[in-house]
Amino acid sequence: MNFLSDPVNFIANWLGNLLLGWGMSQSVVNVILTFIGAFLVGVFGFSLVIFTIWLERKLYGRIQDRLGPNRVGPWGVFQTFPDMIKIFTKEYITPIGADKVAYNLAPILSVSAVLLVWAVIPFAQTIVGTDVNVGVLYLVAVGGIGALGIILAGWSSNNKYSLLGAFRAVAQIISYEIPMVLALLVPVLLGRSMGVNSLVNAQSVWFVIMSPIAALIFFTSSMAETGRAPFDLLEAESELVAGYQTEYSGLKFGMFYVGEFLHAFTISALTATLFLGGWRGPWAEQIPILGVAWLFIKTFIVYFVVVLIRISMPRLRIDQMLNFNWKFLTPVALILLISTAIVDKLFFIYIPGFQIMDSLIPWIRAGVHLLMNIIIVLITVQILKSYRITASRVVAQPRPVAVAPEPPASVIS
Amino acid sequence: MIPLSWYLIFAAILFCIGLYGVLVRKNAIAILMGIELMLNSININLIAFWRYRSPDGIAGQAFAIIVFAVAAAEVAVGLALIISIYRRRSSVVADDMNMLKW
Amino acid sequence: MTLEQIAFIIVAIVTLVAGISVVTSRNLIHSALWLILTLFGIAIYYVFLNAGFFAVIQVIVYIGAIAILFIFASMLTRRVMQDTGPQTNSNWWLGALISLLLFAGIILIFVNWQGFTTSAPDLANSSGQISQLGLALVSPDQYLLPFELASILLVAGMIGAIFVAGEKKQ
Repeated sequence: MNFLSDPVNFIANWLGNLLLGWGMSQSVVNVILTFIGAFLVGVFGFSLVIFTIWLERKLYGRIQDRLGPNRVGPWGVFQTFPDMIKIFTKEYITPIGADKVAYNLAPILSVSAVLLVWAVIPFAQTIVGTDVNVGVLYLVAVGGIGALGIILAGWSSNNKYSLLGAFRAVAQIISYEIPMVLALLVPVLLGRSMGVNSLVNAQSVWFVIMSPIAALIFFTSSMAETGRAPFDLLEAESELVAGYQTEYSGLKFGMFYVGEFLHAFTISALTATLFLGGWRGPWAEQIPILGVAWLFIKTFIVYFVVVLIRISMPRLRIDQMLNFNWKFLTPVALILLISTAIVDKLFFIYIPGFQIMDSLIPWIRAGVHLLMNIIIVLITVQILKSYRITASRVVAQPRPVAVAPEPPASVIS
Repeated sequence: MIPLSWYLIFAAILFCIGLYGVLVRKNAIAILMGIELMLNSININLIAFWRYRSPDGIAGQAFAIIVFAVAAAEVAVGLALIISIYRRRSSVVADDMNMLKW
Repeated sequence: MTLEQIAFIIVAIVTLVAGISVVTSRNLIHSALWLILTLFGIAIYYVFLNAGFFAVIQVIVYIGAIAILFIFASMLTRRVMQDTGPQTNSNWWLGALISLLLFAGIILIFVNWQGFTTSAPDLANSSGQISQLGLALVSPDQYLLPFELASILLVAGMIGAIFVAGEKKQ
């Protein structure tokens, strides 16, 4: 294998041979290489945050008709470094009565739940952290660990408002896991596999064309999982001070902050991988570096949409949010899943009956699924219209007019 | 290579730790935690037997999936009962729930 | 001692110490945290046993749902943050004795079983396992009936839990 077609294995082999030449056994070399790979994935994730924080603040400023950071470096690119130094040097104030173990464990769990996702995202056909064949389920699993970190943070702060904030946050997160899992099952159905790299390989037609409702549901519920506006009740800065993060200061708060930004970027990467075709693009199979470039272009487009939605939408109340989840997203996701399964099965039963070229079949399948999605959207819109609050039109009614009381008869002569 | 005996001994130790938790703890929620330990050790046993004795069949895995579902349902109902009892009697100590005895 | 055996023993020690801490910890939330560590150790064992699907299901169902349920229930049923008084009832020596006797009995039965020290046979192919499991759970001649019964049990459990723990409307 040469470097161009399989860069990661090439470098791993070279490094492995180097270590073997130093006299280590094969299994120790394997373990060391695995640790180096995991470390690199983690460092890569963190270094992405530095860029995305600057990007978000710049976009925020521009949309709000101001400049954003523009002093430190050209266009303010290095602004994140002074912020990092500031957060590193702040004092850790631990509240009295806080449970030390849970208090210190919570930010670690929050950040690791996000970093662990980067292990299964395929950057190119041959550049992937680890190709687990249950990658989609792995994504759901690490989402659950994030909820655990939040509840520990809220409880261990010894502050009843933090606890209330943590309860609301966990209610939101575990509620929105359900439409997210159901929407994740639609690419699994269409791609016939649960491994993320296999799903990208199966996207000769992008899944966003085959099932736009699933993409929208996954995108929306992932944004709610992260706590991004309009679902940012988790850390409503003007209401609960900082919710479950109130009692954290210094680097521990910095870890929550970094975790949240990285989570937003991660869900953009996941949406791009699962629904927009990931690293697929012209010449991506021959040159893996180009696959990385395609993936990042698509991820940044989705991230731009995420930031745009955050800036322009007001915050939802907790009951509006939970109603939206349980009464709208979950039924639509269930109906979508069932209809996708039925339509796909029927398609593959009836398609041998027609004489069509083999290369056209994915497109016809995409067209059939798209048609089914459009039908579901139309039916949903019709059902929603029947719930419209119709204000009664007030036709002219006699308005009560103030009349002076009759003077008593004795006053008039 | 890891012989089957290691997995079985580990599962037996975990089962007995869970049994100790069920028999000895006062708090009802801690008793439920002991039951969870026992169910997990059973799952390890099932999967170890599947792997070592009949990896081509699927019976061990199907059984283990059903045990997962049963454990989840049991924890949900058990904790709901405990919360309901706490609302009425303000106590979750298992020794205090003795109203049916004379 | 191959690397695999060393890894097995390390995970075994961590999981068993966590298991003992679950049943002997004074603070109920600490017990729940030790339970999470135990469940994670079991998930690692599923990976050793080439059942990666079960490892992920363990993390989703047990750690992501059941452990969070335990933490919630512990928070909702206590008056003060600290636990006071002994957390074992007066028969703790009898419980320990019964556990030890049961462990000895299990080991006695296993030692006299001829299949006790077999090694792992090689797996034919590990890629079709999940689809094989899925087909087995919905085929009428395999495991469809337990699957349907488990789903009825889950629905009944859900309705029961909501009804029992729900607030009574005044």
